[in-house]
Amino acid sequence: MTIALETPTVIRKPRGPVIEFCRQQPLGAVSFVIICVMMFAGVFSGLVAPYDPLAIDFAAILSPPSWEHWCGTDAYGRDICSRLIYGSRTALVIGFTSSFIGSSLGAILGIASAYFGGRIDNVIQRIMDILLAFPLIVLALVVVAALRKFVLGGVDVNLIFAIAIPIVPRVARVVRAAALGVRVMPYVDAARAAGYSDSRIIFRHMAPNVVAPYLIMLTAFIAQAILAEASLSFLGLGVTEPTAAWGLMLSGNAADFYREAPWMILFPGAMISLAVFAFNLFGDSLRDFLDPRFKV
Amino acid sequence: MLRYVISRLLYTIPTLLGVAVLVFFMLRVVPGDVVEVKLRGDGGTVTQEMVDNERKRLGLDKPLMVQFGEWMVGVVTLNFGNSMWTERPVMEEIRLRLELSLQVAIMATIIAVFIAIPLGTMAALFRDTWIDYATRIITIGGLSIPSFWFGMLIMLSLLAFFNWLPPITFTPIYVDPVANLTQLIWPALAVGYRYCAVVARMIRSSLLEVLNEDYIRTARAKGVYEKLVISRHALRNALLPAITVIGLEFTFLIGGLVVTEQVFNLNGIGQLFVQSVSRNDFTMIQGMVMLIAAFYVFVNLAVDLLYAVFDPRIRYT
Amino acid sequence: MLKRFGAFMLTAGAIAFAGGTADAQTPKRGGNLTFAISAETPHYDCHGSETYATLHFSAPFYSTLLQFDLAKFPQVKGDLAQSWTVAPDLMTYTFKLHPGVKFHDGTALTSADVKATYDRMRNPPQGVVSPRKATFADIDSIETPDATTVIFKMKAVNAAMLEHFASPWNCIYSAKDLASDPNFPRTKINGTGPFTFVEHVKGSHVSGKRNENYFKKGLPYLDGFKGVFTLQAAAMLNAVQGGQVLAEFRGISPAERDRLVAAMGDKIRIEEQSWTLNLLVAFNTQKKPFDDVRVRKALLMAIDRWGGSKGLSRISTLREVGGVLRPGSPLATPPAELEKLPGYARDMAKARTEARKLLAEAGVPNLKFVLWNRNLAMPYTPAGIFLVDQWRQIGVEVEHKQSDTAPYLAALNAGNYEVAIDFSNLFMDDSTLALAKYLSYDRSPQNLSRANDRELDKLYDDHVRERDPKKRVALIRAFEKRVFEQAYQQPILWWHRIVPTHKVVMGWKMSPSHNLGADLAEVWLQQ
Repeated sequence: MTIALETPTVIRKPRGPVIEFCRQQPLGAVSFVIICVMMFAGVFSGLVAPYDPLAIDFAAILSPPSWEHWCGTDAYGRDICSRLIYGSRTALVIGFTSSFIGSSLGAILGIASAYFGGRIDNVIQRIMDILLAFPLIVLALVVVAALRKFVLGGVDVNLIFAIAIPIVPRVARVVRAAALGVRVMPYVDAARAAGYSDSRIIFRHMAPNVVAPYLIMLTAFIAQAILAEASLSFLGLGVTEPTAAWGLMLSGNAADFYREAPWMILFPGAMISLAVFAFNLFGDSLRDFLDPRFKV
Repeated sequence: MLRYVISRLLYTIPTLLGVAVLVFFMLRVVPGDVVEVKLRGDGGTVTQEMVDNERKRLGLDKPLMVQFGEWMVGVVTLNFGNSMWTERPVMEEIRLRLELSLQVAIMATIIAVFIAIPLGTMAALFRDTWIDYATRIITIGGLSIPSFWFGMLIMLSLLAFFNWLPPITFTPIYVDPVANLTQLIWPALAVGYRYCAVVARMIRSSLLEVLNEDYIRTARAKGVYEKLVISRHALRNALLPAITVIGLEFTFLIGGLVVTEQVFNLNGIGQLFVQSVSRNDFTMIQGMVMLIAAFYVFVNLAVDLLYAVFDPRIRYT
Repeated sequence: MLKRFGAFMLTAGAIAFAGGTADAQTPKRGGNLTFAISAETPHYDCHGSETYATLHFSAPFYSTLLQFDLAKFPQVKGDLAQSWTVAPDLMTYTFKLHPGVKFHDGTALTSADVKATYDRMRNPPQGVVSPRKATFADIDSIETPDATTVIFKMKAVNAAMLEHFASPWNCIYSAKDLASDPNFPRTKINGTGPFTFVEHVKGSHVSGKRNENYFKKGLPYLDGFKGVFTLQAAAMLNAVQGGQVLAEFRGISPAERDRLVAAMGDKIRIEEQSWTLNLLVAFNTQKKPFDDVRVRKALLMAIDRWGGSKGLSRISTLREVGGVLRPGSPLATPPAELEKLPGYARDMAKARTEARKLLAEAGVPNLKFVLWNRNLAMPYTPAGIFLVDQWRQIGVEVEHKQSDTAPYLAALNAGNYEVAIDFSNLFMDDSTLALAKYLSYDRSPQNLSRANDRELDKLYDDHVRERDPKKRVALIRAFEKRVFEQAYQQPILWWHRIVPTHKVVMGWKMSPSHNLGADLAEVWLQQ
């Protein structure tokens, strides 16, 4: 096993975190670009999409990819490309929101649990254990069954809660471990002895230590959330017609037309995979970049 | 050690109790139950009288706490009541489908483990070479590709290229192994891919950690054959955390099965769960959730204990 | 050499000739039929169910008094009844049962069993569900003078009573079983039908085998059957295509048919007919502004049925343009007359301008509302998407809310909806069933418009009792005209039934309702 000499004799000056990241984790940079493209498509769908995703055109049903319709059309003559673009909006909104809500709540609970310890820790841990006893999608399904459809401003709020809730305990567990690592440090006791307030200690000492795992989990769970939304919509329990959503585009009659219109199945599935792939890769690269232990 | 086991076992009880309370009340938050789905499902004539009668028959008109009490008494004796949809015992409905899902899960595990261990090992040993990169792509693919889409592609490819489909009804493996395996290998592949990816990544990173340890360096310095270094020292220690992951991911298979069974039209607990959710069959959902939770909790416990068995350091803390 | 060749040709010719002239229509005994059932029934009781899922499951095990003669639909023929007479005043129906009929458990069938069955339906005991109670409300008494005679005495004339006796839901149960447990048929099967119950594996399949003591000698031809539950349309199609099931008896969509034909060529037989099912759009008159007839009428007029049918019929089971009765049925309004009613115009530009005008008059030119629909892909989704698109064209913004059956029904029950897509499932063309949906809300809780209209009620009651067919038709037309002019609710489109069967499946008869023909007694396999 050789000791790798990573840098040549010329030592380069580190040029800011983003550029460093791109240099050290090229795959991560690529995935970041993909994510940005998706976000752009999601935010500016109206500008990017060539057609209205809801426009029915019975004359053009099941047409193959062509100059008019880059990804072909579905059984109602709706342009698949446009539906994919609007679908990225659905996926990203639900993905980001549920992951953000879930991860943030989880992080807060994890820090509280680690810092206050004792009974608070116990109670929080018990609740987290209960929630952790389900696989993500099973818990999401139960919440969906409980909350039914609840749309606010075009966004399926019940779906967001259904996906966010399983995320909370998973993030809480990791954040608690990271925060505990700090808590046992002598300087925390010293700060306490010096009379610093709890919140100051939490923010100045614990929080920075948990930022890295928090960010990593956030991105990882965006990927999981997108997958969960696709699965739920596929089962018919998530977003419903005629909203454009990738999982929804795979359910219904897409499989019936696999011979005459295979693009109906290929494109949406590929988009889901690409989005989840990009976020997973980004999260991976972020972890490799931020976590010194893995810089072997 | 014994005290550890007992205390862990006792700890599961409040957890499961919490699950029971949570799922029972969560389902009844929003109005709407199974009765109308059952009676009006196909567009017929239903009077309020019929709906009320049916509700009374199913015991849905009793006060909430009474219903909860009755159910909990049953749970303690492992009697989860009757399905509100078919009025057959919940356990009976589940048992019928459990065999199939369990078999798919076990097959997926076998496939996953047999591929993941060599794959992860190679990726770690040949780090930063094309082997490593290829493995990384394959594994992240496994995490990203939705298992239901993968399943759809498998089914449709079979139909398109071979004009052949797996058997449509389930025969147990001891009755007709060929029919059984040809039906279940495909869903096992569909859910196993992701499983394999997770385990491979775990083995890779854990092996990498181990390879940096001092004792490996010592063994090499001593002149031990590289193969022995890997197999006798590195792998054994690297596999330990992998066991944890294998155990945990096994329980997560249920999540994958929930969606994938739809695609393959398998009569397993995944499909049963989805159907129960769309029918508002509360007793069924509750029963299945309790079983899944109990399963998860005990698998966790088993994995922890196994870890303690293999790693003496843990035993004495 | 030549002699041998000649002999060979002769033999070959003889075989070919024999094969060619062998009557392909002579039913062969033997074989097991495996078919797909697209939904699994929660229980086995025909009486308590309104879904085909129960019939496709249970009908092979039971008999009914009369049956529809599918070759001559809608004529009826006897099943358990060997013969019957109807009194000229239509107040008495006398049935003579086949002698020597046995239940599967060996006990003999008598008129008491028929009486017990019908009593259960018209006066369900506590805890028994009977949606058809109102249908039999006109029966005054059932007499059983001897073991093979049943006499039904009516309270009032019901012109369609004979067809009700042929309803596939009126499975005849054993009086002894019903006495021991009124809900016996929900979980146990003991009938007089062509097949005996073998097993039901939950979530997987149901199977039966030939009833050797079936009272119709020579039937059934099949040794047995197996109904496989395919809950996903994709799975069902794959199974038909792959040959694991030989038929699906409910109906598939045009696209699915095209796929099967393309993949299987002449191995598959497709039978098509208009269906006794439709989707309706209903406006909740209890919610503003749908209490204003102008608004309702405008929304109906904006729907291009004739044009929409072309596109929708390519991708869904929606096809036939019709009024309150199935288009193509004897009493249905012909298209020329239908075009005069709101919603059926051919000139859509004119209709849409008129609709906009009406909306403006009513004060809601930029109407916005929520359309409630079930989240079933076929054909609820296309219907909803179609309506949203049509209403967009007159400037109305609609949110398409598709939900699971449970919340959908809950919202409908509670009245929490403005506009909803409803479903009408009839098993025969009879107007008493078809028109019942449009009756006043206090008489017909399935009327989603929640309107009370006494004029409609009167027209309906008159037509039920009317014996003169011409007057009956006139009453039906008047009824239909009023419903649409008042724009309470209206069929969007009627469905089109397409049934795929493998060519080897013989003897099954197509009909306008998927609830009929499920007993499989005369089906045989061409091996």
